[in-house]
Amino acid sequence: MADHTATSGTNRKVCVEHLFKVFGADPADTIRRIREGAPKDRIYAETASVAAVADVSFSVAPGEIFVVMGLSGSGKSTLIRCLNRLIEPTEGRILIDGEDIVGLSADALRRLRLNKLSMVFQHFALFPHKSVGENVEYGLKVRGMAARERREKALRALEQVGLAAHADVPPANLSGGMQQRVGLARGLAVDPEIMLMDEPFSALDPLIRRDMQDELLKLQQQLRMTIIFITHDLHEALRLGDRIAIMKDGRFVQLGTPEEIVAHPADDYVAAFTRDVDRSRVFRAQSLCRDAHALSADEDAGVAAERCEALGREALFVVDAERRPLGIVRHRDLERDATATPGDALITDFPSTRGDAELVTLYGACATGLPIALLDDAGRLEGVVEPLEVFHWLGGTGAEGGGAASSGGEGEATPASAAPSETRRRDHG
Amino acid sequence: MADRISDFYTLPLDDWIEVVVKEWLVPNFRPVFRAVQWPIDQVLGGLEEFLLWLPYPVFVVVVPLIAWRVAGGGVALFTLLSLLFIDLLGIWRETMVTLAMILTAVTFCVLVGVPLGILAARSDRFAGLIRPVLDIMQTIPPFVYLVPIVMLFGVGIVPGVIATIIFALPPVIRLTNLGIRQVQAELVEAGLAFGSTRRQLLFEIQIPLALRTIMAGLNQTLMLSLSMVVIAALIGAGGLGLTVFTGLGRLDIGRATLGGIGIVLLAIMLDRITQALGEGRHAQRPGLKESLTRWLKGLVQGSKAYNERR
Repeated sequence: MADHTATSGTNRKVCVEHLFKVFGADPADTIRRIREGAPKDRIYAETASVAAVADVSFSVAPGEIFVVMGLSGSGKSTLIRCLNRLIEPTEGRILIDGEDIVGLSADALRRLRLNKLSMVFQHFALFPHKSVGENVEYGLKVRGMAARERREKALRALEQVGLAAHADVPPANLSGGMQQRVGLARGLAVDPEIMLMDEPFSALDPLIRRDMQDELLKLQQQLRMTIIFITHDLHEALRLGDRIAIMKDGRFVQLGTPEEIVAHPADDYVAAFTRDVDRSRVFRAQSLCRDAHALSADEDAGVAAERCEALGREALFVVDAERRPLGIVRHRDLERDATATPGDALITDFPSTRGDAELVTLYGACATGLPIALLDDAGRLEGVVEPLEVFHWLGGTGAEGGGAASSGGEGEATPASAAPSETRRRDHG
Repeated sequence: MADRISDFYTLPLDDWIEVVVKEWLVPNFRPVFRAVQWPIDQVLGGLEEFLLWLPYPVFVVVVPLIAWRVAGGGVALFTLLSLLFIDLLGIWRETMVTLAMILTAVTFCVLVGVPLGILAARSDRFAGLIRPVLDIMQTIPPFVYLVPIVMLFGVGIVPGVIATIIFALPPVIRLTNLGIRQVQAELVEAGLAFGSTRRQLLFEIQIPLALRTIMAGLNQTLMLSLSMVVIAALIGAGGLGLTVFTGLGRLDIGRATLGGIGIVLLAIMLDRITQALGEGRHAQRPGLKESLTRWLKGLVQGSKAYNERR
């Protein structure tokens, strides 16, 4: 019945549908109460049952980093353990490559864990009686791989995390950050399609945590696994996630891209988290992109000045036939000397950036007072960012106001939400 | 005057038990009891023969060497001196018999106890079932064991060892169970998440990590069996217990004390060595393994070089 197209869609790696995990005497009754909308506290008071995961649905695209963010007790660890059935779900479907894994036999489940899934744990969960190398080999050993082959593979995985030299020491000799690198290598050694990461960096110092996040993003660029990542740290979620689900009391409160969640928190709970987020590192230039209404080089100054006036713009870009910007002309320069062509008043030293740049990188450009050119890979003009709008967005009030205004005013102003964008990943590396 | 129930009626439980045992249990289950005795008899006989066959000088050299390897210089020296002293006292033979009984009892305790402990760790139901049994086994005074043992197995050294096994079994079961249950949940999850079978999980992760606790159980079992082996002399088991027992019977204080000294020395030696085995295992073993592999590698390379030169 788990056919590949009906509910899961062909390009979904993991698809979770109406998943429940209830701890208590009468799960069916508890699920009924949840469906009727009873709050968690009342269900617990009346039945002594807890729904750690209550009606959760989501799907993850191949190569995506899907982050589940929630505080302790929100059910996020239970959720991730349901995905490889370390915890047996009470109800619902979990499709991996279109196959429902909830009904799998012990043997088929084992094969799934061997071949597709891999896991990294909060407290590393390294085997203290095995050396670092043997730890990394473990997933291969249980597959029955020959000793020499798995050792080579383990060393390659350790190389990826920069620990090949430590293969023969016990894990206890390594620092916390290094231990989790080993945990990561153990997860990578089996070439997983899906990596489950249960708060992998929560036990690390802030600086090391940041290194590990960078390292993960770098690895992900090469490996393109499907990663489901649990964290209690919104900043980590925003840094890593292509999409983020905020979890509370077993439910998803909000699911969206980092930009969406910061710009439009679904409720006060989410808003409380996003309040102190550094917005300049979440939003990207393309969120503020406006149509350039660029001039071509042969248009005369009069037309240019008119267009400036009509659009209410201070300045406009001049582009060549390939839409590559040649420079920028200011409205007031054109007014002063009405006979000149736009070419005469051209300022060639204009600020430019790329669509995936974080707003924090635009401050210098904003200081020129000129609109910032958004260029694509080939150097063509995609649009412009108005300096004032940058500060509007950073101010927070501009998130709804500015966002709404820009999308109302110009149809093409899209917050970067369309898809887990390929371009976003690139600048991390 | 008559203020007790027993003045009117006493429950003839003793008669009933006797009837059940004599009329039903013994005649019907004789082959079972025989079958139980057989492997113990084999192991015990073999061990005793081996220990007594082993030339004394070899024993005095090899055992302290093992002690040195496992537990370090101090214990090795103590072992050496104790062994010399035991021989000096003229109770070598009795000591070897007792050692054979203990080793037999411990072997069977491990063979029975470790699997039962693993089972108990895997199933809460089985653990719940076995716990009261273990409690009873540990609270019944050792003398009380001897009665049913004699009735079912008769007298002699093998029934003595059986009594010892029953008496010394609980710690190894309990601590195996405990050790496996104490393995961090996250480590077990890690094992499962990478697709281990239950068997792989058990042998790759749970048992190695429970080993220290299991060894502590083994140590306790050993100590219990040592004390029971002495008491078992009451039902005809030989060795140092018999020395003590006959010494007591004849009020020969000197002889009884000799037996006691032998038992104490044996106890200390075995305790130190097994304790060190439990604690120092991880630190010691790689060293041995490494030195062995290095030696083998050297051998192979040396012979290669030799062949090439020719």
